[in-house]
Amino acid sequence: MSHAAVLVPEVDPHARIEQLRGRIQALQGGPTRLTVPTLAMFDGLVQLRTGGVYGVDSATLGMALAAGASQAGEWVGFAGWDDFGVEAAQQHGIALSRTVLVPSPGEHWLEVTAALVDVLKVVVLRPTGVVDAKSASILDARLRARSGVLVVQGDWPRCDARLSSEQTTWEGIGHGRGRLRERRVEIVARRGAGVIGRSAVVLA
Amino acid sequence: MRIMVVWCPDWSVTAGMLELADGSSPSVENVETTAPAVVLANNKVVVCNAAARAEGVRRGQRRRDAQARCPDVVLLAANPDRDARWFEPVLASVEEIRPGVAPIRPGLLAVPAPGRYFARSGVGGEQSAAALLAEHLVGVGVWDCRFGVADDLYTAERAARQATPQDCFVVAPGESAAFLRGQPVTVLADDGPEGAELADLLRRLGLVLLGDFAALAAGEISNRFGAYGVEVWRRVQGAETARLASRTPPPELRCEISFEPPLDSAEAAAFSVRTTAERFIAGLAGRQLVATGVRIEAEFEPVGSVGTAVSARTWLHPRCFTSRDLVDRVHWQLQAGMAGSGLRSRKSLGATISAPVTLLRFLPDVVEPAGDHADGLWGGGADDQVVRGVARVQAMVGYDAVRVPVLQGGRGAADRQAMVPWGERATGLRPVDRPWPGRIPGPAPTRVFADPLEAEVVDEAGAVVAVTSRGVVTGEPWQFRIGPSSGRRALQRMPVASWAGPWPVDESWWVGVGSGGRAARFQVVGVDGRAWLLKWSSGVGSGVWEVEAAYD
Repeated sequence: MSHAAVLVPEVDPHARIEQLRGRIQALQGGPTRLTVPTLAMFDGLVQLRTGGVYGVDSATLGMALAAGASQAGEWVGFAGWDDFGVEAAQQHGIALSRTVLVPSPGEHWLEVTAALVDVLKVVVLRPTGVVDAKSASILDARLRARSGVLVVQGDWPRCDARLSSEQTTWEGIGHGRGRLRERRVEIVARRGAGVIGRSAVVLA
Repeated sequence: MRIMVVWCPDWSVTAGMLELADGSSPSVENVETTAPAVVLANNKVVVCNAAARAEGVRRGQRRRDAQARCPDVVLLAANPDRDARWFEPVLASVEEIRPGVAPIRPGLLAVPAPGRYFARSGVGGEQSAAALLAEHLVGVGVWDCRFGVADDLYTAERAARQATPQDCFVVAPGESAAFLRGQPVTVLADDGPEGAELADLLRRLGLVLLGDFAALAAGEISNRFGAYGVEVWRRVQGAETARLASRTPPPELRCEISFEPPLDSAEAAAFSVRTTAERFIAGLAGRQLVATGVRIEAEFEPVGSVGTAVSARTWLHPRCFTSRDLVDRVHWQLQAGMAGSGLRSRKSLGATISAPVTLLRFLPDVVEPAGDHADGLWGGGADDQVVRGVARVQAMVGYDAVRVPVLQGGRGAADRQAMVPWGERATGLRPVDRPWPGRIPGPAPTRVFADPLEAEVVDEAGAVVAVTSRGVVTGEPWQFRIGPSSGRRALQRMPVASWAGPWPVDESWWVGVGSGGRAARFQVVGVDGRAWLLKWSSGVGSGVWEVEAAYD
């Protein structure tokens, strides 16, 4: 047997060093922004990082953002979703056995979300009331300490990125014929007022 | 060692009648336990009682023959579990008097004969022991019990079959062989089909009594009649020495704690029950068991003339209960009952109980071997951290506010899912892998409304669209409105960009008036690009439209 039989997988050394650096920083307790896996369709649009808050404008985008982490074996949670479509979540790739759902936290939504962020990797929140800057900063601090990701469907004072779907077209449906088959959407990612990414994707 | 056999004839019928009289069976009728009754399997009589036999019903008859002979015969389905279940109290009551009970089959048990301890002047010890047992069994409702005492098990069983109800037939020591030799060969039929076959063969060979069979030589028996023949031959010689496999009484696993003075808050009760919960779990763990279903019973102090109130509920766990889980369940169960104790009031599952707690009891409902639930070497099951974190959320908003989503079968979007409270096991779900004709294919809606929203769909002329009984749409959907048609939150009608359907269903009409009926589902896309799943259901006028789900 020659040495060529022992194949080392091709890894970009720089990426590997970055990853190791991040882990060392995490052990040292420093402020670190580890990446959280997302579905392939978000590549180039947005990269979830722990401690971040991301805004979405539809339930589908919220489920799709959480799906990557769920597929990677993390626990995800949905708070304030009293109309959670279980079958759609599964079709988007969320592992239902690692999903926690708080359909209507009511007035306790802030405490519930803070407690969920403690233990879950990605929490998708639909706030029931108006969010003030104070509540948002409490959650921000908790997120950074616990290395979770918060995805908010609705208004939020400061977001790392905000995803919105534009120019939605449905395929497969006519006038009394066919059925909804797939949705072509242009997803636009904004930070503040500036557009940071734009891509046309097919959502189920 | 002398052996006493207790035989309850036609036990299947007795057990079935006891269950009917107990009222736990769904078809509750007032039947006398002495009415003629038969147990049927494959439409043939397997067992019949004395009253039915008197009418001419026999074992092996077809059901219609049995009913022709005795029209008012009670028909019972064969159920070995029921027979065993109802025989358990009989075993327990015999055990109270004489330990070392060996159950042989439902309706038949053996005990070491309690010899000289029961002897009275003029009556043998075995006779009086049998009389005592008979009195005891009649006390628990078993009228027809017969006793037989002999040197070995088989002879004792045969002797019991000779006895009259509640009486004892004693075969004297050393007389077993003589007793058996006087029996006809047809008694072998009680051994089952093998015995019936041998009895038939012996009868055709001209051997009428077991004694004739015993007179043959051992070598000839093994040549001609095989292993079973040899076994019967050895029994008839009186040489059988079968040992009794006496059972160990089942262990007591339930734990209870009583409070004096009674506790009037759920927190105090949950705190005080901690050691009992630990003892309960340790008792199971000592037998390498874990509980996956536990029944928690709480007794409350009587208020006025109401008497002692009891709250009982069975809790299921997705994995297995720890003592901490049990304490949580006690807390939740008491919270549901104690509406007025300053705790967050939750909707109660039964009658509200607001009295102090006097007693708490844990009963294992489902236990499984601990090995099946052990953690893997590198952890397994739900993440400990997640479990603790979610328990904190449950403490904040109530245990059923945290849910685990699961899929189930169904046609409507809301029917196809279920939300199971965190920490409970999903039960009674419809299977997913059935075809479910009439369901909407394609991508599932992301928002499924628990309470459907109001809606309206009109055609070009402004008339509400309906679906005929042939599944035809009365007009093409032209405009639709989501939400109430009037009031502050009313929205304008939106033009329909495209639509698909109808998917007609006609279900649940069998439930009763006002539920189910003819309905049809539509997928409608508005000009703003948002898609909805609308449902039209027949009703007054041109039907009712509602929004079941949204493809948001």
